[in-house]
Amino acid sequence: MKTKLSIIALIVLFVAGPSYGQSPEEKGIEIAQKAIKADEGFESSEVDLRMVLRNRQGQESERFMTNMTYELTTDGDKSLIVFNSPRDVQGTATLTFTHKEGSDDQWLYLPSIKRVKRISSSNKSGPFMGSEFAYEDLSSDEVEKYTYKFLKEDNFNGENVLLVEQFPVDPKSGYQKRIAYYNPDKNYRFEKMEFFDRKGAMLKTLTYHDYETYLDKHQRAGRFYMVNHQTGKETELFFEGYKFKTGLEEDDFNQTTLQRIGR
Amino acid sequence: MGWIVLGLFPLMLKAQEDKETYQEFSLEVEGSNRYFFKDAMYPGQEQNYLSFRVQPEYLLEWADGVHSLKFVGFARLDQHDSRRTHLDIRELYWQTYNDDLDFSIGFKKVFWGKTESAHLVDIINQTDAVESFDGEAKLGEFMAHLSILNNLGTVELFVMPYFRKRVFPGRKGRLRPGDASDIVIDSRDFDFESDAGRWRPSFAARLSNYIGPLDFGLSYFNGTGREPIITDFTTFTSIYGVIHQFGLDMQLTTGPLLLKLESIYRANPFQDVFALVGGFEYTFGNVGGSGLDIGVLGEFLYDDRDELSLNGLQSDVFAGVRLGFNDVQDTQFLMGAIYDVNRTTELYFVEFSRRVGSNWKAVLESRFFQNVDPLEFTYFIRDDNFLQASVTRYF
Repeated sequence: MKTKLSIIALIVLFVAGPSYGQSPEEKGIEIAQKAIKADEGFESSEVDLRMVLRNRQGQESERFMTNMTYELTTDGDKSLIVFNSPRDVQGTATLTFTHKEGSDDQWLYLPSIKRVKRISSSNKSGPFMGSEFAYEDLSSDEVEKYTYKFLKEDNFNGENVLLVEQFPVDPKSGYQKRIAYYNPDKNYRFEKMEFFDRKGAMLKTLTYHDYETYLDKHQRAGRFYMVNHQTGKETELFFEGYKFKTGLEEDDFNQTTLQRIGR
Repeated sequence: MGWIVLGLFPLMLKAQEDKETYQEFSLEVEGSNRYFFKDAMYPGQEQNYLSFRVQPEYLLEWADGVHSLKFVGFARLDQHDSRRTHLDIRELYWQTYNDDLDFSIGFKKVFWGKTESAHLVDIINQTDAVESFDGEAKLGEFMAHLSILNNLGTVELFVMPYFRKRVFPGRKGRLRPGDASDIVIDSRDFDFESDAGRWRPSFAARLSNYIGPLDFGLSYFNGTGREPIITDFTTFTSIYGVIHQFGLDMQLTTGPLLLKLESIYRANPFQDVFALVGGFEYTFGNVGGSGLDIGVLGEFLYDDRDELSLNGLQSDVFAGVRLGFNDVQDTQFLMGAIYDVNRTTELYFVEFSRRVGSNWKAVLESRFFQNVDPLEFTYFIRDDNFLQASVTRYF
């Protein structure tokens, strides 16, 4: 039994080991590709979000929104977000066409003046709704958006994880790099993400909690927990009522729908 | 129009029985105070105006949201100005949709356009000139509105059976034209060019789409023009003319730089108008990692009307700065200036807004007029510099 195990360990070392034939860069991108591949096929999804913002003193404020996503494999996903609270921004909605390369296309609907505005998506490092999430943290994950470098295999909360450094391709990103903790035993879902600012200093840590599996393979965290180490502020994102294959089609992601759902 | 509503009603009820319904009621209440720095120019005017706004909203959805009914009521109570005290149905419409069509009928608000300092192309709704000075507030317009998605883009068709006159501030209100002999501009006295009067229907169509970084809209309007044509400036005698208006609006979005253009050609037996506004908006995002966005705006406005018009923008330059703090309270700051290229007139404005808690919002707004040329419409309100503070509570 013992020899059998060590043979397996030896095989694993040869097949998956970073030193064997594959550079850390190659292994990094391979893991990222596997993660994207593992989540393919959800077609469309809808989820309610509750965002809790907490300042250094522990004061909280909440936001509610609904997110609809249409999966595309040839290009980035399309999404619609409607804000339900705070009340003064209720009905404000965004339509985003993410792209694997280059800037995303984004429109904003302002319900009080019934105006649809195309907005610049180049400002991806800015905070989303006053939270510790930047716009780029919430954009769809595409392999092409980063270059990769495998760091090491590790243990995180009892789970086997693969640590991969991710360097943003876009010079407008707010990060020098991120370190992603992939869980190879759970369809390459993220367990943790560390963000480093442009100077290379530790900026934020995001941990993923309360995972559930949908349609037999899609791993979705029920809670994102983001801590900003430089400001002491925190943001939690709760995902409730996931629905997949909602019947939404690509054509439904247009400006008419944006106005209708925003009101 | 009535028979369409009646004809659809059984259909609506039937759908309602089939699926679950969703409804939502909400209310906005605003208290505001407007203080004018200078003494009144015309008899009856005051220096300080308190006012209140109540805006109830109701939404009903049924058949999984395929059908919906929306209502937005509006009431403004002004301490002194009896014309600014007004009621309106901002929205009251039924809407339905399928894959490629959206159809609605009732009172609605529709916005067209791209630029910030002037909204030339935007013509569907009458301006609520007593509610806000800058023309951003609109009256609800009764319409049948069909929106078709096809390979050209979004094609929209509008039929508006009824015309609503623009309401101007009353005798005791400020920001109104007048003279020493106590004359007041009053829309009720204006004539219509069409014999059908306010029942002359209006028709409009718009095609909008985007190609890569370019968003564009092409529009056509035929009906009674929303802007009255002033035929005599000594008595403010005006007429609502039947117009044809062609509009073009465009925006090019290239990274942090937005380039915007709007242009109209308006044809009428009394007055032809060509007008254009174009400019840019450049945003420095997340400055120094602080979350602060600084937007710089510049626009040029041209209007070929030499004679006085309600639109005081003949050949002007707009410059503005927008600050978005992207904080928890959504603090925003906007300041701008409009300079007349050929004359001396200068307009300045500042707007500051911030959410307080989760259900309150505070807004400060100020406007200043300087060196106003006597040949501009703004000359009538040259002493109406004001500071307004308002607080809104959302229920």
